Amino acid sequence: MNWLRKSAIWLDDRLHLTALYASTAGHEVPASAGSWFYVFGSATLLCFVIQVITGACLAFVYIPSTNEAYTSLEYLNHAQFWGWYLRAVHNWGSNFMVAIMTAHMIQVFLFGAYKYPRELTWVSGIFLLLCTLAMAFTGQVMRFDQDAYWGLTIGASITGRVPLIGSQLVHLLLAGPIIAGETLSRFFTLHVFIIPGLIIAIVSMHLRLVLTKGINEYPKPGHPVHKATYDAEYAEILKKEGVPFVPHAIGKDLIFAGIVIVGILGCALIFGPKGPGGPPNPTLVDTNPRPDFYFLAIFAALALLPDWMEVMVLFIAPAVLLIFLLALPFISGTGEKSARRRPVAVLLVVFAMLVIGVLAYMGQTSPWSPQMSGWSGDAIPVEYVKGRTPLELHGALVFQNKQCRNCHSLGGQGGERGPALDSVATRLTKDEMVRQVIQGGGNMPAYGKKLSPAEVDALVAFMQTLRPKYVPPVRNSDKPENPKPLPRDVAELRSALPRMNR
Amino acid sequence: MSGAHEQHGRSDHPATEQKGNTPDPTRRDWLFTAGVAVNVAAGLLLAIPLVGFVFASFVERKDPRTWISLGPLDSYPEKATRIAMYRNPYTRPWDGETADIPCWVRRLQGNQFQVFAINCTHLGCPVRWFQESGLFLCPCHGGAYYEDGARAAGPPPRGLYQYNYKVENGQLWVKGGEMPTLSNPV
Ligand code: FES
Repeated sequence: MNWLRKSAIWLDDRLHLTALYASTAGHEVPASAGSWFYVFGSATLLCFVIQVITGACLAFVYIPSTNEAYTSLEYLNHAQFWGWYLRAVHNWGSNFMVAIMTAHMIQVFLFGAYKYPRELTWVSGIFLLLCTLAMAFTGQVMRFDQDAYWGLTIGASITGRVPLIGSQLVHLLLAGPIIAGETLSRFFTLHVFIIPGLIIAIVSMHLRLVLTKGINEYPKPGHPVHKATYDAEYAEILKKEGVPFVPHAIGKDLIFAGIVIVGILGCALIFGPKGPGGPPNPTLVDTNPRPDFYFLAIFAALALLPDWMEVMVLFIAPAVLLIFLLALPFISGTGEKSARRRPVAVLLVVFAMLVIGVLAYMGQTSPWSPQMSGWSGDAIPVEYVKGRTPLELHGALVFQNKQCRNCHSLGGQGGERGPALDSVATRLTKDEMVRQVIQGGGNMPAYGKKLSPAEVDALVAFMQTLRPKYVPPVRNSDKPENPKPLPRDVAELRSALPRMNR
Repeated sequence: MSGAHEQHGRSDHPATEQKGNTPDPTRRDWLFTAGVAVNVAAGLLLAIPLVGFVFASFVERKDPRTWISLGPLDSYPEKATRIAMYRNPYTRPWDGETADIPCWVRRLQGNQFQVFAINCTHLGCPVRWFQESGLFLCPCHGGAYYEDGARAAGPPPRGLYQYNYKVENGQLWVKGGEMPTLSNPV
């Protein structure tokens, strides 16, 4: 046994392992930092490691060439032993990574952990957030299918809106004038070499800062941070209730890590890999491009914004947001840490989450998109054609044939781009309908050139019947339905005549 | 090993101190400066081809657009809008079907055409033609265009991009080869 001990001591003398351990895993942290709220950072790192490992395995088989990528994905799904499962784990690992990273960021924000002296930990974290989002986007391109192709087109079109150098930037992004072979190689390089390398570098800095500046103690309300006294206070906390991170503060991290791994593996097993969807052939225009969920909120915002705001929201808003995030620890680097005393911070988080959540939901349902098969797929409900006159029935035909259903729903079926027309006759008079159909307006194109007068007549006659039973259609108040009573004498008659005849 | 690098200050390494002090300190400074200079120069030599390689598109800007045939005129009936496809002239052997680019051809009459890019002017999604309502509709954010390409509704900031075209040898030709964007319409 003695020689074992001796060789261990020899190794340690050469490798300095105990010293390394004492200053890293074994460093002292406040006992209060061993909290369930403090598990998200290590879990994000764990997800990254899973991504690196599964990603490296996938790269054994994947071919980053536009001609072959799709086939190699299909090969991974169907032919490669365990290929489908690794693709699924890689996909779910990325979902978990983005979700847990968001939780980590919110926790750090609400616990005031970005304040003095941990400003640069926060700043490096913001750069990690950017890198992770870049990984999500480039990863979506790696799954080179229809959605990836059109997602790239959207990315290029956004880039093309940059003033002055827009077209050069598009060329740089796509590595050519169109999306083709070199585009995919470029995104592969970013996804596999450059961004992961950056992440490893920044994570090293992030972790080193955690070691040198210490983990944030669990904030207590009424204990504000002062630059002058904080360092001494923190040293005091460590002296009083400091515990070595391993083994006394890492327990909850370990349990959470296990749950995360099982969660990723379980989701991968149950839901399987994502796509690939249709082949990346742009001539298949019958497609409905949607981004992965991380970008659904932006996708939705782009549909809902008025166009004069778009450039602002595309370029200025992200810049402002980024500057705000980077400047945050310098703006509010001291003061109260506890969320109980920072109502604005809590409201900010709730507000941001609501905005992103609602936009993502809308991006998923996309009520603004015409339903491209509405005109052929959704029949007019029977009760809307029962007992109608021939003219009205013809109108119903026009309504269906002219593909109005792509944007307007009847009986809950059809597009939601325009208003549902189930009770349109209670909102628009006959004349207003004619004008709306012929001239368009609001968000509706004009159909004047596409419809003959007879078709318009029939269509409007049909729409006049679209109202609840026993509710009359609206009418114009200055064109009364019944004629006025006859004038009783000449004076009244004269006053009723148009002015110029008087 | 560790002491050999330290030239100043350690009194417990008299040998090193002596070694470090005997030669002329200005010579050491000169060596350091020269070393930095050599490496800056070498770094530049490395950086020039690297930056040139990656940012080639900023330097050599050949116009990637050329005339491309869309096939014989009679595949496009008058007063109708049809989808057409061409192989992008700028292509690599490993591009596969991704370099097949679609476009919409509207033949008004005779040799009068309108050839629209497939890409929505909002953010590039593929617009689809609806014959009966006479509209191009975009699946992404609900943009709509009239049959002559003019913007009808939704977020697009302008009408559809139109290719330049010519009729030659009984064929329809368009000038293409680049993805149209707002800052660089076809
Ligand atoms: S890309 Fe067509 S409406 Fe946005």
